Amino acid sequence: MAIVTTSKKACTVNPLKMSQPIGGALAFMGLRGAMPLLHGSQGCTSFGLVLFVRHFKEAIPLQTTAMSEVATVLGGFDNVEQAILNIHKRTKPEIIGICSTGVTETKGDDVEGYIRQVRQKHPELDSLPMVYVSTPDFKDAFQDGWSKAVAKMVEVLVAKPENPAKKSVRKINVLPGCHMTPGDLDELRTIIEDFGLVPTFLPDLAGSLDGHIPDDFTPTTIGGVSVEDVAAMGDAFWTIAIGAQMRAAADAMQKKAGTPFRLFERLCGLGPNDEFIAFLSKISGRPVPMKYRRQRGQLVDAMLDGHFHLGGRRLAIGAEPDLLFDLGSFLAEMGVTIEAAVTTTHSPVLERLPAAEVVIGDLEDLETRATESACDLLVTHSHGRQMAERLGMPFYRAGMPMFDRLGAGHQLSVSYRGSRDLIFTLANMLIADHEAHHQPTPDTWRPVEAGDVPAVTH
Amino acid sequence: MSSLSATIQDVFNEPGCGKNATKSANERKKGCTKQLQPGGAAGGCAFDGAKIALQPLTDVAHLVHGPIACEGNSWDNRGAKSSGSNIWRTGFTTDINETDVVFGGEKRLFKSIREIIEKYDPPAVFVYQTCVPAMIGDDINAVCKAAREKFGKPVIPINSPGFVGPKNLGNKLAGEALLEHVIGTEEPEYTTPYDINIIGEYNLSGELWQIKPLLDEIGIRVLSCISGDGRYRDVASSHRAKAAMMVCSKAMINVARKMEERYQIPFFEGSFYGIEDTSDALREIARLLIEKGAPKSLMRKTNAVIAREEAKAWAAIKPFRQRFKGKKVLLITGGVKSWSVLAALQEAGLELVGTSVKKSTKEDKEKIKELMGQDAHMIEDMTPREMYKMLKDAKADIMLSGGRSQFIALKASMPWLDINQERHHAYMGYVGMVSLIREIDKALYNPVWEQVRRPAPWAVEGDSWQDRAMTEVDAEAAELAAGSLSIDGAVYPVAAE
Repeated sequence: MAIVTTSKKACTVNPLKMSQPIGGALAFMGLRGAMPLLHGSQGCTSFGLVLFVRHFKEAIPLQTTAMSEVATVLGGFDNVEQAILNIHKRTKPEIIGICSTGVTETKGDDVEGYIRQVRQKHPELDSLPMVYVSTPDFKDAFQDGWSKAVAKMVEVLVAKPENPAKKSVRKINVLPGCHMTPGDLDELRTIIEDFGLVPTFLPDLAGSLDGHIPDDFTPTTIGGVSVEDVAAMGDAFWTIAIGAQMRAAADAMQKKAGTPFRLFERLCGLGPNDEFIAFLSKISGRPVPMKYRRQRGQLVDAMLDGHFHLGGRRLAIGAEPDLLFDLGSFLAEMGVTIEAAVTTTHSPVLERLPAAEVVIGDLEDLETRATESACDLLVTHSHGRQMAERLGMPFYRAGMPMFDRLGAGHQLSVSYRGSRDLIFTLANMLIADHEAHHQPTPDTWRPVEAGDVPAVTH
Repeated sequence: MSSLSATIQDVFNEPGCGKNATKSANERKKGCTKQLQPGGAAGGCAFDGAKIALQPLTDVAHLVHGPIACEGNSWDNRGAKSSGSNIWRTGFTTDINETDVVFGGEKRLFKSIREIIEKYDPPAVFVYQTCVPAMIGDDINAVCKAAREKFGKPVIPINSPGFVGPKNLGNKLAGEALLEHVIGTEEPEYTTPYDINIIGEYNLSGELWQIKPLLDEIGIRVLSCISGDGRYRDVASSHRAKAAMMVCSKAMINVARKMEERYQIPFFEGSFYGIEDTSDALREIARLLIEKGAPKSLMRKTNAVIAREEAKAWAAIKPFRQRFKGKKVLLITGGVKSWSVLAALQEAGLELVGTSVKKSTKEDKEKIKELMGQDAHMIEDMTPREMYKMLKDAKADIMLSGGRSQFIALKASMPWLDINQERHHAYMGYVGMVSLIREIDKALYNPVWEQVRRPAPWAVEGDSWQDRAMTEVDAEAAELAAGSLSIDGAVYPVAAE
């Protein structure tokens, strides 16, 4: 329904986009005992580190090959080798996940080749899995880095099942996109388990970045899915992929282990959750538990209560494609009109967004369009705060980074329950905004003289 | 990039640096920072450092020439405050793509500068070089020069790509850019005998405004602050100041020293953290101004303000003495001078069990010994486990540190207070020190500590991770004593500042 356009400006103003290497690094953080390593100069790592620390409010494992100018020009083999050896010696990780950056991609470092050489030179690393993914900063976006890293993990770490006929009929794989919070993953795990199924999440940020108190001063990730569990994912009888970005990983899983997959592009809203629950019921052969029947009813009731406040709202939304499609579509189903939509990278879901146009651009593009179409609801990550202040719009923070509010890791959008609470949060925000800024006065409805601008009320 | 490497060498040769003075010529050439270790490094790059140093200039458009990572992952995340323009908080980047990498990004950079000037019309545009365009040979000096000529506006190249070194080097390269392209290019509307520059102060949490009213009262005018709440024009005309105070010595010593050399502006190194430090700094400002011709009465005025403010501050701190009796503090700071905060903490009745001296100079250490006694526990570098043990052994009731080590204290359910640059509270000057004491009180006596330390109903005594960590530290210490183990500093995932 939407026409996808690309911003024609030379200068990006107020970026919506983050870079792919840190998307890849975050994916590695969903593995147990992992140390993600960015092959680049140390700023590439420290910016990502600060971003994640501020978002999750947790200690974050992330290392760098600390490329200097000279090393960059001569090639980074020595730095990659040293970094691997140092990490191996000091932090004893169960896996190292390596992402390239703009600076090493510009030089054209052959990291796969480096890793092979390092392995030849250092047999002590034989039992240490290493996964490399190419993620130049000057291409694609955060979501793409995550997507490529997970696909690569599947290719490298999942073992080919010995006898494909002997698959477990309880075990399923879940491949969540980067728009799923640790809270979303916990919710999905509970639902899946309630159908008697045993899910393995790859990556599993719910285990590693959910804000629990760690067991020790472990320098690598704590929690998350183990390398052995990932290897055994080939035994599962179904794969659930969440978000269009996960198609590549689901395909890789099917190729490797013959596991069929079902891709859920959305898990926010009534229809998507009906499909999800129906699917779980079908593959598990179990009826839908009473709990979810009641939660569905609660969501329907919340939709009825909430539509008074959300209906007719003019939305400006900036998010990565999968989050944009999920939240945007749900709000449209609640009677909101998407007046301005900006995203970071290409995706097949974009043209199906119920909006006239989706711009691959920045927050300046969003602000311009929001001003032009008099939007009165803003949904984007924390960097929308300046725009929200300038335009005086009610602002719901969604996506990453969320550095100026608490609880980013536990914000829910999936499931009947999550959708229900999302409606309440948004509606309450709009009610509060109305009370604070849009109370009627004796002059609110007074006819205006020609040429005057009428007062806007809600 | 011969000119960039020449600038870097020049920065390494800084004669104003105390550490540098003791080095041999060869050592000096190698630079002032340790070689970065792959897989064991933390902290920002030179670009990060340059941006930190200059971004607090509020009315300047800061344009980052590079791929999205350099600006997209980090913009609008600094706690500096502005009293005027907010354009410094706008994220501008060329966000170069694959085509630019192949064909060069100079055209996109030039167009970006034009777009910014057309849409936002700032008094100046600062263009930051990053690794990728530096590698493909984009000449930002030439582009900036062309843009300056075309648009008739200062367009300043900041040549500090990330891979030339760490954050600290970037601070200095940013200073060099100001010296080369900005300072001395304009004239102030008027001058007074009371004009000073404050160099290396970033107005985090607006803390400069805890000092400014005092300066106003004494009659001292801040001609230019480099760079907190600074404005382009002020920095451009800062060469007319009569004296300067250098606040964060490591960052911008080259600016202070070269301004002294070129424009005969005497400077001193001082701090507004701590009560006595603040008083010393105010007196020193007055002294330098009088030396340069300001009337002698300035010192009387200064002393009067100091006496009044000190009395107020000590009186406000006094009531805490009873509450802080027997409470022990561990102070882990990076840049902030430990001893300047120490005095105030002691005045409030807190007992210091240790302080970090990682970045302190020899004189700093002497001063600490003076304050804490000869057996002062000075910590060069501490592993997370050691820090934890120190807290846990009840050697400390609270830890004051930068964001890097916060998770050690918080996950150990120990009170912690942020005294680094991401903090939300302003701790400068007299009022700042009182609010620091108040924050410590809030942290120490919050009932939440008692709550969060309660074991879960299913917990088995002696088998918590805390117990295991303690055992491990003890074992390590024993092995270390036996000489069988070398600790090369276990790396803990930290939040870089």
